[in-house]
Amino acid sequence: MISQLLPIIRKEFRQIRRDRKVLAILTVVPAMLLLLNGYALNFDVRNITMAVYDGEKSSQSRELISSFITAGYFEYTEHLTDYTAAQSMIDEGKVKLVIVIPPDFSRQNMTGRPSSVQLLVDGMDANAATTIIGYAQAVVQQYSQTIILENLTRVGKKSYIPVSYEARIWYNPEMKSAYFLVPGLIAFILAITGVVATALSIVKEKERNTIEQIDVSPVTPLGLILGKMVPYALISLVAAALVLIAAYFLFGVVVKGSYILLFFSTLLFICAALGQGLLVSTISDSQQVAFQIATLISMLPTMILSGFMFPISSMPLFLQILSNITPAKFYLVIMRSIVLKGVGIEAFWDQLLYLSIFIVIVVTVSVKRFKQRTV
Amino acid sequence: MQALSISTVSKTFGTITAVDALSLTVERGEMFALVGPDGSGKTTTIRMLCGIVKPDSGTVTVLDYDVQKQKEEVKRRIGYLSQRFSLYGDLTIDENIEFFAEIHKVRGYKQRRDELLEFTRLTPFRDRLADKLSGGMKQKLALACTLIHTPDIIFLDEPTTGVDPVSRRDFWKVLSALLKTGITIIMTTPYLDEAERCSRVALMNDGKILLTDTPAGLKQHMNGEVVEIVCSDIRRSFALLKPNPSVLEVQAFGDRLNIVVRSAAADVPGILSFLASNSVEVSDWRTVRPSLENVFISLLTDRREA
Repeated sequence: MISQLLPIIRKEFRQIRRDRKVLAILTVVPAMLLLLNGYALNFDVRNITMAVYDGEKSSQSRELISSFITAGYFEYTEHLTDYTAAQSMIDEGKVKLVIVIPPDFSRQNMTGRPSSVQLLVDGMDANAATTIIGYAQAVVQQYSQTIILENLTRVGKKSYIPVSYEARIWYNPEMKSAYFLVPGLIAFILAITGVVATALSIVKEKERNTIEQIDVSPVTPLGLILGKMVPYALISLVAAALVLIAAYFLFGVVVKGSYILLFFSTLLFICAALGQGLLVSTISDSQQVAFQIATLISMLPTMILSGFMFPISSMPLFLQILSNITPAKFYLVIMRSIVLKGVGIEAFWDQLLYLSIFIVIVVTVSVKRFKQRTV
Repeated sequence: MQALSISTVSKTFGTITAVDALSLTVERGEMFALVGPDGSGKTTTIRMLCGIVKPDSGTVTVLDYDVQKQKEEVKRRIGYLSQRFSLYGDLTIDENIEFFAEIHKVRGYKQRRDELLEFTRLTPFRDRLADKLSGGMKQKLALACTLIHTPDIIFLDEPTTGVDPVSRRDFWKVLSALLKTGITIIMTTPYLDEAERCSRVALMNDGKILLTDTPAGLKQHMNGEVVEIVCSDIRRSFALLKPNPSVLEVQAFGDRLNIVVRSAAADVPGILSFLASNSVEVSDWRTVRPSLENVFISLLTDRREA
């Protein structure tokens, strides 16, 4: 068997070295993706531009404004003198948030009635808007508490807050998007090298008719498939390692769990990707078609359905079921568990099982189809 | 000893019968050609002989092995050159040969490779990528790759289609030299002039073999004689002779016409006077040896009339 594989592996490496298209897919694309996703794909909401219309200009209203400024998330850009200017500020995208303080803000409070401030939020980016409201709510609540405490102290009562909370964020205390994205990015890159490159390399043999010469040689279909897969598996592993190293230097992502577990889970995922690539090669006869189908079944679902960017739990049921077509879904859970949580196999053995089932199904179907090719 | 034998082999693709109850035997050391128009079933036949296509019925035996049941034995002893150029364009000549040597498990292939390169006169180009070779050179490289494991039989599917005339001659020289080493060559070709160089020829049409014989033997089957007429105004003469009932076939070549008649002695005087009455000057005429093309067309016409 090995004597069958070696010549194919050697030939494959020679071809990869000379094929600019495949070389680009294997090197430039992962590098670009890492940089693009690492820097641009940032879910963190920071430096929220903010304008204020203070209708009262009392010491209390100024206190509220300063507690917004000191909160750290907001960037105070402008003090509006005219309420109507608030709308144009948001229309023109100059600020994301306008705080409108009514003229009777402190007076209402003095008389023991609640007063309210208006928050105008740019809702164009729904996710960011939710985050902004969350931050603003926290600031306003904090401010209200201090007023309650002050009032109680003034009337001579001992004061306390009935329930307080202390949040501690585990696994990613600084809430950096990169931590969350890098595992997904590795899955994404492996999907490209695995599925796309494998499919292209097998279809190329069909396109150039070289597969017929192999058919009349002693090489078995399985030998050919394995010989094709080994080089791409190796390259994929190197790509995965490079992404991890780059993620460490660029974004400070550290693997918390076991490298051995990481290696074997990644190998399993690569097998799934190669199986998909093989399947694509059995349904297409030209490299162009293969590229399109491979992209469609690997890159897109990995990006959208795997939980890489959008949580699966908040998808409609139909999409949740559909999400099982991408092995990245299972691999992502495993990767995040190992890289972020640093937990052991007991936390994700079920995902490994699903991944294995996926491989068995895909490889069985495609090997069967591949053998049928010779009528 | 027989190189191969097939008996009542059929293959259909959907509603099309590509090969229809074909039987054939080829002896060792022969250069055998399957000749026929496109779609006559030549390629399907050769692919069944190599085991790439599985016949619907009938048996295919190559070197006394059943092609379907003893595939591995057969694969070790045959070489196949497919119709389309099928080498790795992004590998060099040396690397292509090396790859095929290795997958055929040829030990110490380097000497054999040098011999083959010398034989096909590709040695000066050995480090060139296959994609950068001319059509003729590609074909010789493909041949070298099919020969690397010293097969007993090689199957060549239209090896010279799309190759320029000079390279074709060159390729044929290589094949003739190869035949002297005792190898059996089975080829398909749409070119009847190439078939004339083979030891035996099978004329194929519609998935059936019309006749199998030596080129000379095939010409015996010619129904009628071929007469060459040198005359003025070739185009008008052609138009005049075409509907003439005693002329079975007319072909125009530059300054002469080739016509097929049932008997030269009986038909030619009438034709000459017919041409003269239409004021065509005939400067010369003679009977010529029929070409395979004449034979083939005459066979097809007979069949259609029958």
